[in-house]
Amino acid sequence: MMANKRIDKPTGTETVGHEWDGIEELNTPLPRWWLWTFYACIVFAIGYTIAYPAWPMVNSATKGMLGWTSHEQLAKEMAKADESKGAIRAALAKIPIERLPEDSELMRAAVAGGRAAFKVNCVQCHGAGAAGSKGYPNLNDDDWLWGGDLKAITYTLEHGVRQPDGEDTRFSMMPAFGADGILTSAQVSQVADHVLSLSGKAKDNAAGAQIFADNCAVCHGPNGKGMREFGAPNLTDPIWLYGGSREDVIATVTNSRYGVMPAWKDRLDPVTIKMLAAYVHSLGGGEDFVEVAEDPATEVDEQS
Amino acid sequence: MNNLETRPPESSAAATPEDLTRHDPTEPPQHEVPLNLYEKRKGVFPQKIDGKFRRFKWLVMLITLGIYYITPWLRWDRGPYAPDQAVLIDLAHRRFYMFGIEIWPHEFYFVAGLLIMAGIGLFVVTSAVGRAWCGYSCPQTVWTDLFQHVDRLIDGDRNAQIRLAKAPLSPSKFFRRTFKYAIYLFIGFWTGGAWIMYFADAPTLVRDFWSGEAAPTAYITVAVLTLTTVGLGGFMREQVCIYMCPWPRIQSAMLDEKSLLVTYKDWRGEKRGSVKKAAKNPETYGDCIDCHQCVAVCPTGIDIREGPQVGCITCALCIDACDRVMAEVGRPRGLIDYATLEDCEREAAGEEPRPVWKTLLHPRTIAYFSIWAAIGLGLLFALGNRDHTDISVAQDRNPPYVMLSDGSVRNAYTVKLRNMESRPRDMRIALEGLPQGVMWTDAMGREDAASTLIQRMPADATQAFRVYVVQPADVAKDEFTFTVTSLDKQAETDSNEARFNAPE
Repeated sequence: MMANKRIDKPTGTETVGHEWDGIEELNTPLPRWWLWTFYACIVFAIGYTIAYPAWPMVNSATKGMLGWTSHEQLAKEMAKADESKGAIRAALAKIPIERLPEDSELMRAAVAGGRAAFKVNCVQCHGAGAAGSKGYPNLNDDDWLWGGDLKAITYTLEHGVRQPDGEDTRFSMMPAFGADGILTSAQVSQVADHVLSLSGKAKDNAAGAQIFADNCAVCHGPNGKGMREFGAPNLTDPIWLYGGSREDVIATVTNSRYGVMPAWKDRLDPVTIKMLAAYVHSLGGGEDFVEVAEDPATEVDEQS
Repeated sequence: MNNLETRPPESSAAATPEDLTRHDPTEPPQHEVPLNLYEKRKGVFPQKIDGKFRRFKWLVMLITLGIYYITPWLRWDRGPYAPDQAVLIDLAHRRFYMFGIEIWPHEFYFVAGLLIMAGIGLFVVTSAVGRAWCGYSCPQTVWTDLFQHVDRLIDGDRNAQIRLAKAPLSPSKFFRRTFKYAIYLFIGFWTGGAWIMYFADAPTLVRDFWSGEAAPTAYITVAVLTLTTVGLGGFMREQVCIYMCPWPRIQSAMLDEKSLLVTYKDWRGEKRGSVKKAAKNPETYGDCIDCHQCVAVCPTGIDIREGPQVGCITCALCIDACDRVMAEVGRPRGLIDYATLEDCEREAAGEEPRPVWKTLLHPRTIAYFSIWAAIGLGLLFALGNRDHTDISVAQDRNPPYVMLSDGSVRNAYTVKLRNMESRPRDMRIALEGLPQGVMWTDAMGREDAASTLIQRMPADATQAFRVYVVQPADVAKDEFTFTVTSLDKQAETDSNEARFNAPE
């Protein structure tokens, strides 16, 4: 068969010598440039497998003469990225958190950094949009349990809320009025109606008001406006952490509620905590830090 | 194997020893040179020529190269907030300046429109005057022409160039070649050097370039363009026109019997013969004396007397050459001339040649020109009517709304304002269709909330900021509009539809 090679007249090209049902194939060699590129690729590939990790061995691949690893490359790039943020982080480390709004450039950087850190550390409970859910506060609104200025937010972040064994953690505990037998279930219903009446959701009743004054006003205040020292929520507004229906309020009074937030000071560095505070503060409900305005001179001294 | 019958007898699978040679007695012997599809490059050494078309080519070269080199140095005052370079493609800041026009990236359709106009402009030119673009103003033609002049300057005219090309490498040839290629590189360098001036402030860039402070991109661009200029204009030349460029192919499809071509009037020229032969036999011989001057001057090395062909860029230098010869031998000019195939037939039949305007104005040219002009007018209209103020609004989707402690409902939006004027402007943002709504930005407090805001916009900039809109508790979902008005005498406005989300 191979001996059937002949020159094809119209093209002047030799045939490969095969023939299938009268169909023959011209022996057109690969273009030389293509062939040389191919050989060059082979040479390059051999060099590449010597220079870089390539051949699989029993436990790992060959190391390669250049000693390159993707881990190292990642580490280098991360270090470079950290370095580029160095100036901002240094400035953030120096500035007291309550003075951050004065430097709008730094504030913007902190909010951007906080947004990234929030996505990693906080969204699990507070949600991607920081809108929270039942039991987890919405950070976008202007209703704060423990205070909504930058300093208060930072403190909450650092020490957490009801962190077990946390020395400086934000702590308070509402008694389980129903479950512990402090109030009868009828009394619980009465006080729940009173609580709902504070935001106009139910009719007021004298018995409930009396029970509230005796048992609840200590923390929630005589008018039910709440107290931030105890993280006692304002009961007169339409924002309900555990639901605002009659059943929800009765359940809360009966069994009590207390959410826990971890203390972040041992898990995150102070700069990241500042960034998180700036981000949470920027979500639309952040409050101004009042103490600064009261005594600006002291703050300036501290700064210098 | 059901196709045994259809198999031609000579390709039987059962090969016999006789098949090995397979000689068809009627075929010529196999060792004859087979048909070769590869055309080996023939050297082109165009001869110097002078004439009206050559002089026109000089003029076009002067104008096109002048535009290319001078444009980046023209200045145009745009005030303190914008560069003063008349034509500037500012990639870093994403602006394209062209005299009084400033184009932003979102207005790139103007550039697309200009490119379409350039394309259809080529159609207009081709349908009216044939491959005039190829012959006169194509950069490949202009630079090849330039390099061919350098060849003549260093190596001498056609015959000297041919001799030198054939001569073995000697010290003198080596020196000449080195000198010539140095000039090639110099031209290439200046071509690349002028190109980068369009992308940055030219005087600054020149200073930075020579002090080694320009961006690496600048040096790389100059290097690449130097090499491509020398490669395409210095060495590849007519090969680019014949094999690489798609335009000749497109043009061949657009040419018809009404297109103006450089044409050899064979009905007049044939049969070719010397003056002496023609004097003896005036009936047998035509006007062509077969002097080959038309071939000698051709920058693509073709013989126009073979008829219209893809290699002819219609530079008309052969017309100059032939006219001069015809004058010398005392015959009328125009044996090779710009003519349409239609007119050639008419003239061959002894009719009067038609006036030039009739050649140029035929339905196709008019149709192309109308399309071209319509696009141009459309672009001008769009340019005159465009706004320099723009607002776009993106609503926060997570959370869609926020309940506030006083029971009111807050929505958040990212509002982007665009000020396309080269000066800072105040802009007023207003809520339309939301009578109870007030808004504030994250740079201010809720206590300053109002139904309109005034924002100071920097010159020539886009800025985004967060806007909170709040409405009382009992509102339902609603559609409304953010509007922006520039607070200057232009009082431009723009608006963007938005949605106010509220609890069900």
